[in-house]
Amino acid sequence: MNLLAVHVPWGLALGIKTLIVLIVVPTGALLLGYVFLLKMMSHMQSRLGPMEAGPHGSLQLVADGLKFLQKEDVILAEADRPVFKLAPAVVVLSTFLIFAVIPVGPGPGGVVANLDVGVFYALAVSSLSVIGVLMAGWASANKYALLGALRAAAQLIAYELPLLLAVVGVVLQAGTMNLQSIVLAQQNGAIFGWDFLGNPYILTQFIGFALFMVAAQAELTQTPFDMPVAESELVAGYMVEYTGFRFLFFFIGEFGTATAFAALAATLFLGGYALPWFHGSAATLLGPFVLIAKMMLVAFFIFWVRFTYPRLREDQLQSLAWKVLIPLALLNIVLTGVFKVIV
Amino acid sequence: MSTTNPPEETMPDIEIDPRDLRHLADAQMNVELDTGDMILNLGPQHPATHGTLRVVVRLDGERVISADPVIGYMHRGYEKLTEFRTYPQITTLINRIDWLSSFANEVPFIDGAEKLMGVTAPPRAQYIRTMLTELSRIATFVLFLGEMSLQVGGITPAFFGFRDREHILNLIESATGGRFHPNFNRIGGIKDDLPWGWLSETRSAMQKVLDSCDDFEDLVAGNEIFQARTRSIGIIPGDLGATYGVSGSNLRASGVDWDLRRDGAPYLVYPELDFKVWTHPDGDSYARYMVRLQETRESARMVVQMLDQIPEGPIMAKVPRIIKVPEGEVWVETENPLGQMGYYIVSKGGTGPFRVKIRSASFSNVSILPWLLRGVYVPDVITILASLYFILGDIDR
Repeated sequence: MNLLAVHVPWGLALGIKTLIVLIVVPTGALLLGYVFLLKMMSHMQSRLGPMEAGPHGSLQLVADGLKFLQKEDVILAEADRPVFKLAPAVVVLSTFLIFAVIPVGPGPGGVVANLDVGVFYALAVSSLSVIGVLMAGWASANKYALLGALRAAAQLIAYELPLLLAVVGVVLQAGTMNLQSIVLAQQNGAIFGWDFLGNPYILTQFIGFALFMVAAQAELTQTPFDMPVAESELVAGYMVEYTGFRFLFFFIGEFGTATAFAALAATLFLGGYALPWFHGSAATLLGPFVLIAKMMLVAFFIFWVRFTYPRLREDQLQSLAWKVLIPLALLNIVLTGVFKVIV
Repeated sequence: MSTTNPPEETMPDIEIDPRDLRHLADAQMNVELDTGDMILNLGPQHPATHGTLRVVVRLDGERVISADPVIGYMHRGYEKLTEFRTYPQITTLINRIDWLSSFANEVPFIDGAEKLMGVTAPPRAQYIRTMLTELSRIATFVLFLGEMSLQVGGITPAFFGFRDREHILNLIESATGGRFHPNFNRIGGIKDDLPWGWLSETRSAMQKVLDSCDDFEDLVAGNEIFQARTRSIGIIPGDLGATYGVSGSNLRASGVDWDLRRDGAPYLVYPELDFKVWTHPDGDSYARYMVRLQETRESARMVVQMLDQIPEGPIMAKVPRIIKVPEGEVWVETENPLGQMGYYIVSKGGTGPFRVKIRSASFSNVSILPWLLRGVYVPDVITILASLYFILGDIDR
């Protein structure tokens, strides 16, 4: 296998890729947490945010992380100990699994697992985190945590279907579920014969993109749909009883999943790592940076909405999902199919 | 069960707990689904109860079956403490009843003492009192305008609320020396005249308040999600609200056109001001938000009016060095930011009152909670609590 044109044995390549994924998730969480949670939110709210640790407060989250590691690991006497301990790991695990299929460069070296059902796999493993949330809420032996966990489970049936249906349009248009091929289809495609930009699917699948972003917001429990954590109602929902590094796991899970979904949206709708004018080794070198730039753009919208909007009620999310999002998604699929046949 | 039951109702000869009977009733209604209720203690430590209100809610899923507010966690015994203080000392205490608008608390008490003594504060002092009262109303309401959004999930407006409150607190601080607890009223007038440049500073601050009210209207009140969360949530019918003693903006939001600044016994310089009393026909949480938004604007306009009209002159009437209030009783009520606030002062002629009864707005406002919270969802409990806008110090005193 060739990784950056150097021959690397298969096992070593896999090891390197796994290590990269293991580094990417906490790093992505740190990046998003600093840029958006600490700085963008503060500047939106006419304040500076943390400024002391590092230049412009950039090491604040590292300091917070070290602080969490020193905290006492409190487990309540009433708690279901094994489930309580396992839950944060399950939440973070699903985040790691998504990154396995997101391509950062062309060729088999650009992705950890070049699955033929990459889209299907990514959306499937992303839902695993709800199991962790349910475990956390149930094992905490806390009423707020239980309410939060059950809300998360109820939310799942609202956003999961629109999320899948929104992506079906992309899959139809690209004719594949392989994320690597979807990126290439966008890079080399053309919109009605005009191929200057390639064919980033946001231009043709804009309904799908909007639906994907709304559903991703619900999946990430970000603000219009943050009922499972609902600070003002349920204190912190399912993570109310967690302290120390277990809480840190939830934090990394929250922002790592945001990174993953931003990267997934960038891959599916914005052309992923590819720019239309770069091929070959230029694409290999630029790929990760292009993906990060596009991911930050998507994440900016996710967090912009998060810091601006109030929260819906659980039943309002259900009616939004079943009365608006799902019919729109089905309509989008029909339109995509019609155009696919005609054009 | 007692033996006086008629013999045909053959009751089993066992002791029955009434709580078991409730489950029996449930079981009769739906034999297959006997899910027990969950009792959730909302508070005393909960981010949405702004302090130490405890609401014991019985939940069926997320639906509230019954809610009982438990108050008293912050009872400081102010009514009793006033009996051991002199009149000038009491203003320090009553500053801390409704700590968001401390200055407004002082006004009715000082007004009552002045009425008993037959002293009238000079016009300039009256104007300054009225301005500071309206400023504390703005300081209270801009916080509400942001806080309400925070309680339904929008983080950012809360900080705008604090930012605007800061403008007002700076003004109050520069005039009185105290940000939270001015303690500025004296019997017969006020402690100091306004500092140099205060009037122009206030004028520009009022413009900032009016601007940010537009922001709140766009960002919060105009938001579909906010409207979905607040419209037709927690409807208080006007007559029922009045029966419970709900007052102030909460009652005006139910369509009751009643404002003590206009309709009560004339106090301060309100009779000389031109202002509109805002009402809203709906009576829901959204109506309460809109009424307070409009009242914030109206207060800012009133302050600007007073800045134009404020006369020159002394700020203290002639009062003896040691205040002794003649024997008598007086009831004074004013329109405070949270509602009707009143003091019933009984004097036996000493340096301190014999008995003071404090009628605080929030105490009566939260009394409607058990009626209001029945049957709503947990998120709406928070919306309703936030929209009623109570201060714990004002409930418990």
